[in-house]
Amino acid sequence: MTADLVRPVPPLAKPRPVKLPSVGERTLANGLRVMAVRRPGVPLAEFRLRIPFAGPTGRGGRAHTAQAQLLGDTLLSGTTQRTAAQLAADVQALGGQLSASTDADRLAFGGSVLVSGLPGLLALLAEVLTCASYPKREVDGERDRLVQELAIYRSQAAVVAREALMSRLYGDHPYGREIPSADEVKGVKPTQLRSLHDKRIAPAGSVLTIVGDLTPSRAIGLVEKALTDWTATTKAASTPPLPTVDRRPTLLVDRPGAVQTTLRMAGSAPSRTDADYAAFSLVNLVFGGYFSSRWVANIREDKGYTYSPHAQIEHPPAGSRITLSADVSTPTTAPALVETLWELGRVATTPVKQGELDQARRYAIGALAIGTSTQAGLASTLSQLAGAGLGVEWLRDYPKQLAAVTVEDALAAGARYLAPGRLTTVLVGDVAQVEASLRGLVELELE
Amino acid sequence: MSPVPPRSRTRSAPAARPAAATGLSYGVERGTLDNGLRVVLSPDPSSPVVAVAVYYDVGMRSEPEGRTGFAHLFEHLMFQGSASLGKTEHFTYVQGNGGTLNGSTHVDYTNYYEVMPSAATELALFLEADRMRSVAVTQDNLDNQIAVVQNEIRVNVLNRPYGAFPWLNIPPVLFDDFANSHNGYGDFVDLESSTVEDAKQFFDRYYAPGNAVLTVVGDIDTAQVLGWVTQHFGDIEARSVPDRPSFAEPLPQQERRAVAYDQLVPTPAVAMAWRVPDPADLDTYLPYVVLAEVLTDGDASRLQERMLLEDRSATSISGYLGLLGDPLDARDPTPLLLEVHHPQETSLETVVTTVDEELERLATGGLLPGELDRTVARMNSRYLREVDSVLGRATAMSVFEQQRGRAELVNELPDLLRQVTAEAVQAAAATLTPTTRTLLELRPGSEA
Repeated sequence: MTADLVRPVPPLAKPRPVKLPSVGERTLANGLRVMAVRRPGVPLAEFRLRIPFAGPTGRGGRAHTAQAQLLGDTLLSGTTQRTAAQLAADVQALGGQLSASTDADRLAFGGSVLVSGLPGLLALLAEVLTCASYPKREVDGERDRLVQELAIYRSQAAVVAREALMSRLYGDHPYGREIPSADEVKGVKPTQLRSLHDKRIAPAGSVLTIVGDLTPSRAIGLVEKALTDWTATTKAASTPPLPTVDRRPTLLVDRPGAVQTTLRMAGSAPSRTDADYAAFSLVNLVFGGYFSSRWVANIREDKGYTYSPHAQIEHPPAGSRITLSADVSTPTTAPALVETLWELGRVATTPVKQGELDQARRYAIGALAIGTSTQAGLASTLSQLAGAGLGVEWLRDYPKQLAAVTVEDALAAGARYLAPGRLTTVLVGDVAQVEASLRGLVELELE
Repeated sequence: MSPVPPRSRTRSAPAARPAAATGLSYGVERGTLDNGLRVVLSPDPSSPVVAVAVYYDVGMRSEPEGRTGFAHLFEHLMFQGSASLGKTEHFTYVQGNGGTLNGSTHVDYTNYYEVMPSAATELALFLEADRMRSVAVTQDNLDNQIAVVQNEIRVNVLNRPYGAFPWLNIPPVLFDDFANSHNGYGDFVDLESSTVEDAKQFFDRYYAPGNAVLTVVGDIDTAQVLGWVTQHFGDIEARSVPDRPSFAEPLPQQERRAVAYDQLVPTPAVAMAWRVPDPADLDTYLPYVVLAEVLTDGDASRLQERMLLEDRSATSISGYLGLLGDPLDARDPTPLLLEVHHPQETSLETVVTTVDEELERLATGGLLPGELDRTVARMNSRYLREVDSVLGRATAMSVFEQQRGRAELVNELPDLLRQVTAEAVQAAAATLTPTTRTLLELRPGSEA
């Protein structure tokens, strides 16, 4: 490379501060908490409605998971006033989208609409909340379709690995069983869905977030007008506490002929309100939480074992977790595991460099600003924070917490959460090709 | 980094916008440097973020025989270092200053972008300029990225059910010419035999500044940014820009059918493709974009209502323009695709007959009152949502500028969609006949 091609990297300008959004908030007479932010830009409104919806631990939880899944699939299948197709056409005509889904913790409605169509969309949402009819024909059809889709879903190695991992981590807690079996789905009846709807879709304990090109007071006024008839005698229920589950050996699930091994590791992580959260999120970034991490540099950019290794923090309400994912070519399974354990061990036992920490810190702060720079991103972020009992001020306070993290804090958090012995491991791959080389490395259980 | 993007289905497909008089008015300033680099700037001070995007006018279609997958492999190499930046430094300068980045390879172009706090605008420009001037490809980096790309293909195709369906396995049925029909992710033999010299030639030929568009959108002062652009990109040597060949080929004269097998899938699927008019002429092309939505966008669309709600003959249906699902980023020749997943118990012929019936009904009976308006209303709001982000806007403006010389289309597209008539959509439907169709059946298992 000739010398005149090498140029100095320009410095950064003075950063413009991120302005904290001004959030309007009111709890309606029916108990629904409403938050609204004006964010002009495009003439749309985004909304997110979170309704706590977890099932119990144990056998009853399995029945709940199946019913909740099908309820999410049929909530928009018709009301006492509209068929599924009419409802869909009316949402579409407003320039809107409306979706409903459930997971182990909640029922979520999400959508966006031309701001001029917001009153109309809220009226349709209210109709679904109060008069969803779960018509037998639609429920029967969606149930058959769900059975098909579950088979497709479970044909993916990533899903096989996720199910095995969650089951090992959480046993018979709802988190241990995120999706139902086909048999559990087959028995679900429309009457059960109506009963579940009446019992659990309650405004008290739920949060509706709106972000868009309208003032908070107008948004809240529209919600109040539309959803005032949504009432329930019960309060939305939250997720049961996590059980203590004994750690078990590394699980190897057979996927004969697989050209890659799907490697997943997971363990508990601090929640956003824990004192060591900022430190943990930074040490996790340095380890494997972004592209510029040690794990990616090692097993991708140096050795080429994999395409997209990633360590991700999730915050389900009953307890946060860290999950490591890498799909490694079959012949490199054992060496990839060795490198992963080594990188985990490093951040758990030796301090990261100050420069690595500073980079991760700037990334975390920047990602927060970018993620909240759109209506949709801000709506999702505020809704997630509300689900964790946090307000918009977290967007201001968290960067300050990040700024204060020291190398020592990062080491303590690494030791506490990323030491390999604290993580549960699942591998899905071709046992015939990978078992022998793994045997001497880790204690192994086969499935 | 830098995957071929996952096929986006109709949900994230086309573009349109506000129903009422809610016209977009994003600013567009443009210029061309002496070396031929085209520059588009669009200021928006609403958030302190900026998107910088570089679009090179070369994609999978330009790969020579024996070098399938090379456009994508080369995209990976663009992240491996340049004269002023060692391996991994491009990533750390972006992420370590609060940004995100990626690149992706498409049928007709390859793009690279950074989204950053606006304080890092000059840095992002520097990083893009450095690799446009002096990408550094070594044998070690090439070997490493061949292995990475092979793992990308394994995770997205070889170890993933439906991974090749239909974006990799329908082109050889639909098209005859190598440029249009080959596997753009790459044959492993081709990837493994790629050389550093191939990379140099590819860079010299296709990565000339005159073959690229640079777009900067967000919290910027356009005069200041133009100064930085001139400073960092201005002395990149001008090179000849290759004439973009026509990839046109004759329309199929009769129905084409093929069967593909996938051992990982539990249930069958079918893809139907029809060649559509050249996207260069939006008047004749946009009715097909709307048609795909009329057929498959939501429970009130023709095929979803019939097959998912009434007949229960399918488990999922999507319809979109372009192999990768973006209707406005591919040039001619390009298809409209319908993708139907159905239970084993539903025969292929039932699926095909039902689709034919619905197309015929639309072609003869036309649209229902309100059907066009509601379809376009949602297309437009979905488009607004996309361009609300600086990256979505930079992406749209770049491809419009590169392929049509009109970044302003970012503002005009919604009106163009509203001008599509019911008659034009009906006429488009009438062209989707069995004899002009290419049909790919995907069966579980392996060929007997």
